[in-house]
Amino acid sequence: MSDEHGGHEKAGIFRTYVWSTNHKMIGKQFLVTSFVFLFIAGFLVLSLRWQLANPGKPVPVLGRLIFATAEQREKAPKDIADAEKELAAAKDDAAKKKAQENLDNANKRAAGLGAVNDQQFIMLTSMHGSLMIFFVIIPILVGAFGNFLIPLHVGTHDMAFPILNAASYWVFWLACVFAIAGFAVEGGAASAGWTMYSTLSELGGPGQTMWLISLTLVGFSSIMGAVNYLTTILKMRAPGLSMWRLPLTTWAQFITAVLQLLATPVLAGALIMLSCDRLLGTHFFTPGGLMATYVPQPHSGGNVLLWQHVFWFYSHPAVYILVLPAMGMASDLLAVGARKAIFGYKAMVYSITAIAGLGFIVWAHHMFMSGMKPGLGTAFMISTMLIALPSAIKVFNWLGTLWRGSIRFDTPTLNALSFVSMFIIGGLSGIFMAATPVDIFIHDTYYIVAHFHYVVFGGSLFAVFGAVFFWFPKMFGRMMNPMLGKLHWFLSFVFFNLTFFPMHIIGAGGHMRRVQIGDYDWLAPFHSWNVFITHSAIVLGFSQILFVFNFFWSMYKGKPAEANPWQSNTLEWSIPSPAPEHNYHVIPEVYNGPYEYGVAGDKEYLPQTEKSAGPPAAH
Amino acid sequence: MSHADAAAAHGHDGGEDHAVTFERARFGMWLFIASEIMMFGAFIAVYIVLRMSMPQEVVDYSKEVLSHTFHLALINTFILIASSYTVVRGVNAMSKGNKGHCEDMLILTAALGLLFLVLKGVEYAAKFDHGIGPSHNVFFSCYFLMTGFHGLHVLIGVILLPWCAFYVEKFDAHHYAHVENLALYWHFVDVVWIFLFPIVYLL
Repeated sequence: MSDEHGGHEKAGIFRTYVWSTNHKMIGKQFLVTSFVFLFIAGFLVLSLRWQLANPGKPVPVLGRLIFATAEQREKAPKDIADAEKELAAAKDDAAKKKAQENLDNANKRAAGLGAVNDQQFIMLTSMHGSLMIFFVIIPILVGAFGNFLIPLHVGTHDMAFPILNAASYWVFWLACVFAIAGFAVEGGAASAGWTMYSTLSELGGPGQTMWLISLTLVGFSSIMGAVNYLTTILKMRAPGLSMWRLPLTTWAQFITAVLQLLATPVLAGALIMLSCDRLLGTHFFTPGGLMATYVPQPHSGGNVLLWQHVFWFYSHPAVYILVLPAMGMASDLLAVGARKAIFGYKAMVYSITAIAGLGFIVWAHHMFMSGMKPGLGTAFMISTMLIALPSAIKVFNWLGTLWRGSIRFDTPTLNALSFVSMFIIGGLSGIFMAATPVDIFIHDTYYIVAHFHYVVFGGSLFAVFGAVFFWFPKMFGRMMNPMLGKLHWFLSFVFFNLTFFPMHIIGAGGHMRRVQIGDYDWLAPFHSWNVFITHSAIVLGFSQILFVFNFFWSMYKGKPAEANPWQSNTLEWSIPSPAPEHNYHVIPEVYNGPYEYGVAGDKEYLPQTEKSAGPPAAH
Repeated sequence: MSHADAAAAHGHDGGEDHAVTFERARFGMWLFIASEIMMFGAFIAVYIVLRMSMPQEVVDYSKEVLSHTFHLALINTFILIASSYTVVRGVNAMSKGNKGHCEDMLILTAALGLLFLVLKGVEYAAKFDHGIGPSHNVFFSCYFLMTGFHGLHVLIGVILLPWCAFYVEKFDAHHYAHVENLALYWHFVDVVWIFLFPIVYLL
């Protein structure tokens, strides 16, 4: 790149790393920001897992600082000293007994200082969910990989609207600030669950408002991104690159962008209405005659269930926003890893489209327990089960791709294989909860927690691990360390399953989610399961340090990468690693589909830029 | 990245010309409008659901209150329809290279938008004078949300139109995507009102 642009002034640090309009830099910004949030949200969930395994015991190391106020920390030793003085001064037996009791209580309070209380517990679950969905998975899949890969895959210099693209990142950044600031306001961050069901979300403290602002901003960021992606994919493809020659990664990003464009504004509308309820006293989602702690609330006459409808109208498609791009990337990784063409390329595209389309008409399956006409429930049950069809088509096509392939068991492929297998488990457990009668039994239990973690962590996050490893050379010009990569994959895969598989069992056994153990006697028999899950989760959490270490270490010390280290066909591998500032010196001409592996002749693979007959086209 | 670089990369190297960027910008605007339709769609859907379950006396009472300022809403409807006409005249003038006329028409459109906002303000003030705000009842929650958000869109248009008119001088005959996009946006804002007026004031 320095050869081509030698002699020109170089952009300063601010223009390169901060106010950059280059899609690759914006992708990297999204990636790193999401890593930060991955660790914040991971910390939140490990604290609550600790509490489930050790009810009443303070969270080690940071617990006293985070879950106890400064006032409580100061007061605890004073209380003990006071009680001891009282005990020493006590004259008769009765006074001594009372003083001893006081001392025991003070000691107990001091020992439990730094434990997560009930209010904090529900805040941890709410914020873990919100951050993981809106600040980790969506920004990594769509923000990072969408931005980085779409212009490369369609063979162009940059996004259609580069400034809008930069704005999309910085609005997202603003949302991050509000999300973090929520923890600092009085009463802590939002604690009505990530779904923010009314009426709890109407009554909570200012943390709820911060959450609403933050998510509205995330929504605007998503919409800006979606406008950009759709325009870029539809209007800026290189010559010869028809829609049917796009890699599945970009196809998936395309369909996801449609979902984002059409579903996110509904969420934005819902969030605006909820904010109006909280700030202006409107009555959209509040019931008439609402009482909170015996005080009549000034709201009256809205519809509580309406929030659930508008929320899930967005959030069910959002579930597919969380997994479709991962499906696309896993498809690419598997085709490259198995050295075979994707089995049923068009069927893959049609099934992604079908999943996205059906995604708009299934939302009320989240509300079987909220109460609805049984006939309506059946309709939503059937539409939900229909999604199993395109999902199964995808799974069989992945298996068909692997069938008789010469599979390379390198880190990207291993992660992609994990994606497929975990997605199958998550998909199968999903069918159980699609069935209304079964859902009524397992609703709000750990079975649900197991299900969506199998899809979002086992599915999407493993695909992300693979994809980061796969495209790292194109991002930074160096390879990530394969030994560390495999070790990280192995630990993550094993401990992921040890963490989440038992949740199916305790969920079916009736262990409710979002509750502290301490309050409920019937959860006591699950204690040993909870201890096991927590220990696995801690190992799983700490294994991720390997990945981040590998990421940053390889950025500077990794083996320098060649242009096409994976022998892949897609366009981005026809240019040097890392990708030059404007990607393609000359816009490439495309002759083939993206999956021409194992083609006849002396070449084992056929890049999209090379003609199939005769010698490779001159560059 | 210097501007020369950017120009080399975006302008000539890939053979992208103004017609292409024009087409792209217009496509992006349509996508943006699609997402806006979904947002107003959410508001209108919520209004329909709440309206269906509203007690009849609440509806009757709210309609009675609204009827006092019905004439303002009616005048506003005609103002917006007129402004759609003026903005089309602006785009038409631009495509024929008549920049002066385009400027005039954009400014006139903005003035009509401003007039709409003033009348809307009078209408709101009449409500507030009687202590009727968004928290008055469910009907007025919806009323203020929908008309308020529409008003916000008009306001954005009223700010962007003169700003665009200011730059019209610099656009060449094939490079007026801003004017056309702004006109698209303005039509969208009008169409939203064409939906809001009957469902809020007439039905």
